[in-house]
Amino acid sequence: MKQRSNEEWLVALRGPERDKAIRDLRAVIVRGLKVNFAGRVRGLDETAEDFAQDALIKVLNNLDSFRGESRFTTWVQRIAVRVAYTELRRKRWRDVSIQEVLERHEKSGRESDALRDRTSSPERETARKMMVETLQSFIAEELTERQREAMVAVMFEGMPLEEAARRMDTNRNALYKLLHDARKKLKKRIEAEGLSPGEVLEAIGEE
Amino acid sequence: MLNPEDLGKLARALDMTREDEIGCDECFEQLDRFVETELADLDAAVAMPLVQDHLEKCGDCREEYEALLRALRAEQGSTSVSLIWARLRRLFGAD
Repeated sequence: MKQRSNEEWLVALRGPERDKAIRDLRAVIVRGLKVNFAGRVRGLDETAEDFAQDALIKVLNNLDSFRGESRFTTWVQRIAVRVAYTELRRKRWRDVSIQEVLERHEKSGRESDALRDRTSSPERETARKMMVETLQSFIAEELTERQREAMVAVMFEGMPLEEAARRMDTNRNALYKLLHDARKKLKKRIEAEGLSPGEVLEAIGEE
Repeated sequence: MLNPEDLGKLARALDMTREDEIGCDECFEQLDRFVETELADLDAAVAMPLVQDHLEKCGDCREEYEALLRALRAEQGSTSVSLIWARLRRLFGAD
């Protein structure tokens, strides 16, 4: 495949050389996806072609928004990676509802309470317990129900932001902002009480 | 109910929290430049600290960033290998 400059790509994709340029671009995308998903995705060849097709459509629809701040192929690969991960996350979490995730978390909290490490000193246990109670009350007082849900699903149960967002009828960017606001509120509250997040970590035996 | 693991995660997240974080959209917008800076062996984290900060906090964006880096590294590798071959072929008069 011949190397093209950004300008050459754009001209080719918009001109009579279009079919050839699309073929070349598809090959670039497929190679990039295969590097990432070899051994991790079943039916790799087919999946990579499917993702590449979706990515190509996105690229061609958005050519005008390419501002030339990077190499054109970097810009394209970035779009392809986003398309592929969005789809893979959707598949992996397809059968999991947010309610299930919240319930699982609730349960794990109770179980870990019963199975508490008995080897740590009583002082440390008391400090930890107080910290849990304090933070729990801050969470209850400072955060909205939605913020609490997002925090449990994303931060504690590891649900991808994008998947949690889909279930909460919002988008990934907005959910990040919602969680950022939640963190800021909690941090302010902790500091208003004369504590710092570092001291919380210390109290629970982590630094 | 917070279990001990959550408490640690939360406290670390709060410790890292700053006022001026960017969201996923802004990160995505700048990700191609960030990755190219890194591929040029420059310090992308210093050049674009807010992107670096977001990547440390957002698992979705971090996953995509790492994948993009892998894809471009492979491309870069294959490009330089093919350039070397082209040069060798010319050198030995095969072209």
